[in-house]
Amino acid sequence: MNQPLIDLQHISKSFDGTMVLDDLCLTVKENSFVTLLGPSGCGKTTTLRIIGGFESPDQGKVLFDGQDITHLPPNKRQLNTVFQKYALFTHMTIAENIAFGLKIKNKSKSYIQDKIRYALKLVNLEGYENRSVDSLSGGQQQRIAIARAIVNEPRLLLLDEPLGALDLKLRQDMQYELIRLKNELGITFIYVTHDQEEALTMSDTIVVMNQGYIQQMGTPESIYNEPENAFVADFIGDSNIVPGIMIRDELVEIFGAKFACVDKGFGNNTPVDVVIRPEDIDLVEPGQGTLSGVVTHLIFKGVHYEMEVTTPDGFEWLVHSTDLFPVGQKVDIHVDPFDIQIMNKPASEDEEAIGVNE
Amino acid sequence: MSKKLLAGPYLLWMIGFTIIPLALIVYYGFTDRSGAFTLENILAIATAEHAKALWLSLALSLTATVVCLLLAFPLAMVLRSRGRGAGGVIVFIFILPMWMNFLLRTLAWQTLLEKNGVINGILSALHLPSQNLINTPGAIVLGMVYNFLPFMVLPIYNVLSKIDDNTINAARDLGANSLQTFLYVLLPLSVPGIISGITMVFVPALTTFVISSLLGGSKILLIGNVIEQEFTRGSNWNLGSGLSLVMMVFILLSMAMLAKYDKNGEGSTF
Repeated sequence: MNQPLIDLQHISKSFDGTMVLDDLCLTVKENSFVTLLGPSGCGKTTTLRIIGGFESPDQGKVLFDGQDITHLPPNKRQLNTVFQKYALFTHMTIAENIAFGLKIKNKSKSYIQDKIRYALKLVNLEGYENRSVDSLSGGQQQRIAIARAIVNEPRLLLLDEPLGALDLKLRQDMQYELIRLKNELGITFIYVTHDQEEALTMSDTIVVMNQGYIQQMGTPESIYNEPENAFVADFIGDSNIVPGIMIRDELVEIFGAKFACVDKGFGNNTPVDVVIRPEDIDLVEPGQGTLSGVVTHLIFKGVHYEMEVTTPDGFEWLVHSTDLFPVGQKVDIHVDPFDIQIMNKPASEDEEAIGVNE
Repeated sequence: MSKKLLAGPYLLWMIGFTIIPLALIVYYGFTDRSGAFTLENILAIATAEHAKALWLSLALSLTATVVCLLLAFPLAMVLRSRGRGAGGVIVFIFILPMWMNFLLRTLAWQTLLEKNGVINGILSALHLPSQNLINTPGAIVLGMVYNFLPFMVLPIYNVLSKIDDNTINAARDLGANSLQTFLYVLLPLSVPGIISGITMVFVPALTTFVISSLLGGSKILLIGNVIEQEFTRGSNWNLGSGLSLVMMVFILLSMAMLAKYDKNGEGSTF
């Protein structure tokens, strides 16, 4: 009973000689909300298309509830996809769009009618049965695309950047909608996005991908607070990534200043990368902090001020604070020990290539 | 005001070369040689000779249109799956013969099909009996298909290439097999292109007289040939105009019937 719903085993895929996925292994538990997150070209959409059956892997297996479905065509899989840009059938009405999958399965007229009404209610578009696709806004079309997929009662719903074409406010509303739908329906969601905020808001599990590899997999909190490498730290939210030396357990030296931290097991005098989130940096009066510098940049962002503090070594620290420090003011930087995240330096160039690509 | 002036040259062109000739045809069609009003020229379509030519024209041009459609749709599907780049090259090769003069192309077929032509030459070299190819309805249909096929392929290719891959994937994803995807999604979405293609093949095929006189000889008369002869040889402009008007009614009727299917006018973008 505890076997995963989706089990990707050693999947490799290349297009025209370019490796897109390299020996990818991923399991997805039933009833979870998993987000594949990464920049464009990281292999997240290809992974989704392999699960959906629109691409076949060069190597490896796709298991669905223990069954090998690697070579099953899309129409034989117990899952449905919500496509980027909706892919609705423009020659059909809304009701016909939603009924498509059910008609193919030869369901009775009354069953289909009930399902259409139920699905439209679920996505808050009651009474839209006879409208044409073109008369709907982007957000409405997206809801219809979701309704069209879920009437088939799939065990797994694949969503390929479904909110990419919507404006910010609508996107945020739809994020809450999706969480609600997921909870009401009890379907497993696999969601692809390059938007880290979307991923953090909605998922149980985030899979950060880059250049065909999984960089880190975990809960949104662990991905944000404990990034395992510089790529993840850089991709999820803003961050300051600085070189440091781990003097001993729970003490790290950055630009000659010693910071207390909570990380252990890196050995003594080991070069490391240190991640500090901009909102975790406290600016204090000169003489009261660990590192001193000068405010060189100030932007008002609404919720907070974004400042750059340049320290004598030339590094520009990104700082988010609700307190205002004008440009030119001398300040000290203070960081609480548990806000400092230590990462191993990439061991080889190859590993570096997997990591940050800028 | 200045924008209206820009339309001036076109307006003059249209008045000089569309509206006035059309008015003249209507005038001649409804008058006899002395200039008195008559319906005789219109009703002349009912005579056995003219009616036969009209039905033959309709039959041959319909056949040619169906053959074009059957050839063009699969080809357009192949072009679509090749994507923009490779598809473009094939389209280019396909259009290439169209740059040659229409008459020359048809004359070339004459040389191929003749009694002592290229095809019969090959057949006799292979010790096969020679075939009567030229001056048959089949030769006329062949000429129509050869000349008008690109006009069917291009509008269909045009609508097919605009269909998003994910629309097809969505149909597959919702449980449709390849045949169902074709019948319920691809075919309905390509209707505007099919309509436009049918119009652009059927209308010129219906009115052609060059193809029929070159490949059909003097034995097979299409309505186009009849009208042409009234103007050139019989110099009965009144009868020729009357028959032309009847033709025009047939064309307008067929266009009106087709227009019902092409609600959005998408196919006419070609």
